[in-house]
Amino acid sequence: MGIKNFVHFEFQSLPENVSFARACVGAFASQLDCTLDDIEEIKLVVSEAVSNSIIHGYDNKPNQKIELTVTIHEDHSLEMIIKDYGKGIEDVEKAMEATYSSDPSRMGLGFTFMKSFTDEMDILSKPGDGTSVRLKRSFLKEHDALS
Amino acid sequence: MDIELKMIRNTLIIRLKGEFDMLQAEKIRRQIDDKLQEEQVHNLIFNLEKVSFVDSSGLGVIIGRYKKMKEKDGSMYIVGAQPVVEKILSLSGINKLVPLFKNEQQITKI
Repeated sequence: MGIKNFVHFEFQSLPENVSFARACVGAFASQLDCTLDDIEEIKLVVSEAVSNSIIHGYDNKPNQKIELTVTIHEDHSLEMIIKDYGKGIEDVEKAMEATYSSDPSRMGLGFTFMKSFTDEMDILSKPGDGTSVRLKRSFLKEHDALS
Repeated sequence: MDIELKMIRNTLIIRLKGEFDMLQAEKIRRQIDDKLQEEQVHNLIFNLEKVSFVDSSGLGVIIGRYKKMKEKDGSMYIVGAQPVVEKILSLSGINKLVPLFKNEQQITKI
């Protein structure tokens, strides 16, 4: 399936950039035939993934790099890859469990939200090397599927 | 994000405005916890009428304050959550623990 459009950008691991990242992806995703609710859900997913990179990947260190690639495919799907070069996740399965958090003061809802609002989620992580989260959501409408 | 803290007798009303994410979470949490320490708070009301976005960082502050209030046998309420915010509250399950109301007036009538 071909690519219709993509953006790729990188930014510093600062909390200020979480809202920047989700606003950018929200604006880009609006090229798809989707509702405002869909956009809000996409923004939430980006917020969770970028927050995870800052908080867990980089332990809140501000001078690190996060890369974000967003692709609109010809099949009306939106794919997002959020990549950091932080400490990585020891046990990906465990990290994805609802309400698990490596930090007891946090709720561990990030991956639950990411999973709830996307159709596909893959996590590639290697301790010491970083984490890449790929999220994909289809916006294929019924009439598109039939035509 | 703006925060307004208002004490009415033993009720602390927290009115938030803007996007409630990790940039705001720590600052908001600290301000609320300082107030909870200074004052005798029996009821806590989160007014989310003007909150346009919340993620798990913001939600963590809300759920954390619920746990604090429960520890001291207090009550907590959430008012005015917009549909987009209410959806997130439901997904987290907090709506089963904390009553949701349309506005502050609805609570004062109880």
